[in-house]
Amino acid sequence: MSRTVTVGISDLNVVKAPDVLVTYALGSCVGICLYDPVSKVAGLSHIMLPASGAIPSADLKAAHKFADTAIPLLIKKMEENGARRIRMKAKIAGGAQMFGATSSAAINNIGQRNVQAVKAALMGLHIPIIAEDCGKNYGRTQFFYSEDGTMRIKSATKGEWTF
Amino acid sequence: MAFNNYEDLSDIHLDVLREIGNIGSGNAATSLSSMLDRPINIDVPKVRILDYNQVVEALGGPENMIVGLLLMLSGEVEGMIMFLLEQNFAKMTLSALLGENYEEFMDEEGEMGNSAMKEIGNIMAAAYVNAISTMSGMAINISTPDICTDMCGAIVNAPAVHYANISDKIIFIENKMSSDEEHSNSYVLMIPDVESLEKIMTNLGIEI
Repeated sequence: MSRTVTVGISDLNVVKAPDVLVTYALGSCVGICLYDPVSKVAGLSHIMLPASGAIPSADLKAAHKFADTAIPLLIKKMEENGARRIRMKAKIAGGAQMFGATSSAAINNIGQRNVQAVKAALMGLHIPIIAEDCGKNYGRTQFFYSEDGTMRIKSATKGEWTF
Repeated sequence: MAFNNYEDLSDIHLDVLREIGNIGSGNAATSLSSMLDRPINIDVPKVRILDYNQVVEALGGPENMIVGLLLMLSGEVEGMIMFLLEQNFAKMTLSALLGENYEEFMDEEGEMGNSAMKEIGNIMAAAYVNAISTMSGMAINISTPDICTDMCGAIVNAPAVHYANISDKIIFIENKMSSDEEHSNSYVLMIPDVESLEKIMTNLGIEI
């Protein structure tokens, strides 16, 4: 029997086969799935914002909020569970624009900026992105299966896909 | 003392926000009632300061479908205001506005329905903003609303992200409205910038 582990917003978690990770209702947030196929260790991080920048509080909860700080923490936690960075592959989803263009510049591009920040962070760590389902204008629930590294995306009205 | 985030609010400040919520909800019910041409009753609203995850739980879990309307505040108060309407509230208001067969008016994009919902969002936002404006004597503008129907977790993302750098807390107002036999909940997220919140309190003569 596999367990299903929920990852909240600004949260991350790691499981081993056959467990499943899930994060619900990604809007402009991005869910980053990392997988080491040899150790079958899977990690999922749900980030809200691109960069920690000048945020003074370096507490762990805040670090999980940002692409640039959360991804290294996720990798560290996976390595503690027997994964190796050199074998990791990434699948990412989210970064939607939920509301139209009329409101505010500050929230308009946040999804897109999150995706860019995630890609830059992964590239810097030499982790290839092998699948992505990002952008557009709807929410996504993301499942990640540690058995084989499959990512399943479920939307409320647009359907379901596997990657 | 200055506010750094919503957690710095004292009981007195919360009472003021509750009162703004009360007046706003009363105004909103009155406007809605005249727009829909039917009596709308409203219970005393519950005003709470919740963090993001609690808001999502209060809305029935992250995957619960909800209609979200987002408006920006500018002028003497900066920030945003978000209405979250349960789907049956949306149906109730749409059928009152467009008739029982309102679905016939909706094209594939739901343009007619969306436009009607935006108008309701506009009127309700104005009701709350008027409450602040009248009490504090401050001039506040509201933008036209943006609408989105989706999982509530994804919708609440928008204000949560905007204020993630400041606070995880949001002012959450829960309204129970009823019309004839129908009951429905609507929710308001008031998210003034902390500086604006200070100005509101100062203008009301309340010590920060």
